[in-house]
Amino acid sequence: MTPAVELDCRELPCPRPIIELGRHLADVGVGELLAVVAHDPAARHDVPAWCRMRGQEYVGEDTADDGAPRFVVRRLS
Amino acid sequence: MTNPADAATGPGGGYLDSASAEPLHPAARDTLLAALDQGYADPRRLHRPGRNARLLLDNARAVLADALGVRPDEVTFTSSGTEAVHRGLLGLHRARARVSDRIVHSAVEHSAVLHAAAWAPGETVSAPVDALGRVLVDELVAASEGAAVVALQAANHEVGTLQPVGDVAERLPGVPLFVDACAAAGRVGLPTGWSAAAASAHKWGGPAGVGVLLVRKGARWTSPFPRDDRVDDRASGFENVPAALAAAAALQAVVAERDETAARQAALVDRVRAAVLEIPDTDVVGDPVDRLPHLVTFSFLYVDGEALVHALGRHGFGVASGSACTASTLEPSHVLAAMGALTHGNVRLSLARDTSPEEVERFLAVLPGAVAEIRADVGL
Repeated sequence: MTPAVELDCRELPCPRPIIELGRHLADVGVGELLAVVAHDPAARHDVPAWCRMRGQEYVGEDTADDGAPRFVVRRLS
Repeated sequence: MTNPADAATGPGGGYLDSASAEPLHPAARDTLLAALDQGYADPRRLHRPGRNARLLLDNARAVLADALGVRPDEVTFTSSGTEAVHRGLLGLHRARARVSDRIVHSAVEHSAVLHAAAWAPGETVSAPVDALGRVLVDELVAASEGAAVVALQAANHEVGTLQPVGDVAERLPGVPLFVDACAAAGRVGLPTGWSAAAASAHKWGGPAGVGVLLVRKGARWTSPFPRDDRVDDRASGFENVPAALAAAAALQAVVAERDETAARQAALVDRVRAAVLEIPDTDVVGDPVDRLPHLVTFSFLYVDGEALVHALGRHGFGVASGSACTASTLEPSHVLAAMGALTHGNVRLSLARDTSPEEVERFLAVLPGAVAEIRADVGL
């Protein structure tokens, strides 16, 4: 997966990664991928929950170049 | 779950965390004060003070058994709900050691169950739940064939969803079932089909430091811990006789008032659910119908749970939160995570028996502003 934008939220505590996701959704076009890189353990649950609540698609989890957890979202609207 | 220290308690005082601890019931207070002078002696001794203590303890057992719909000889007093969970689950497990060492539990059990399961020798299997927090019965049953013991709560402590304990018991006739009833006892009737169950007095308005272990007559239970020489061979240590009697008096009173209390609380919770859903980007969690009457849980997108708990505390309301930033571990609630619910910005509101409609309206009047203020701080 090659997201159009990758948000570096590695050092941010809960719920800051989700706040960054909300702020930066508009940085990608509809149909494009946006990724959140976060060590915060809540992000694994809250990125999919955010997608459900905001009507976006949760694509899945992989890892960033440095091995940090990366959560990928497709903008649908 | 955390509890802010700045919330007032007492009638009208904004205490909305009865699922952590219900304020002491007046019946418990009166009984406790009277029993403190009568129940100090060792109930095993044959002298008169000892016989008095023994009478009080037997009375507590009989009253509690009647209120729970069980036999007196199925009741053991422990030092906490957690201890009752540990002894109940691990005692069933130990008694099945020759058959299996596998423990199967739902993904949303209380941490007391999860820690006990992890401590026991053998394999543990976690069965998934649906979006309402109800265990998937087929998955649980499939994992439980030939297991040592299955653990399923009566109702979830964070979101209030009732679990299908009776269904599970019917489908697993040969496997002992442990039911953690700590969140449910006194609020709803006990489910059927368990071999052992646990409850906690401070959650129904009894004093803290009293747990109740129930072991079904005929169930195989072996103490998982060092034995003791008490009157009741499932107990350990000198019983807190006055507190046990107060716990029983509180439960008797709570059960007598239950239909009225539950109907009143369920209507208030319906009101809270409807009002909270009006706030944008809110996840209201748990079964809206088949649930405990007194508690409701919701999460607000982009909101720091700790900030919200403190903001509500400044308005005089004491609520709990399952969000990671309010937990010492920095891990989000495993219950919310298993349900796929939003884990941050979480509030668990639980009504005390004397929480008034006016108090709830006052809470609902300040909640949207508190949420909006925190969101405005982060520009969302």
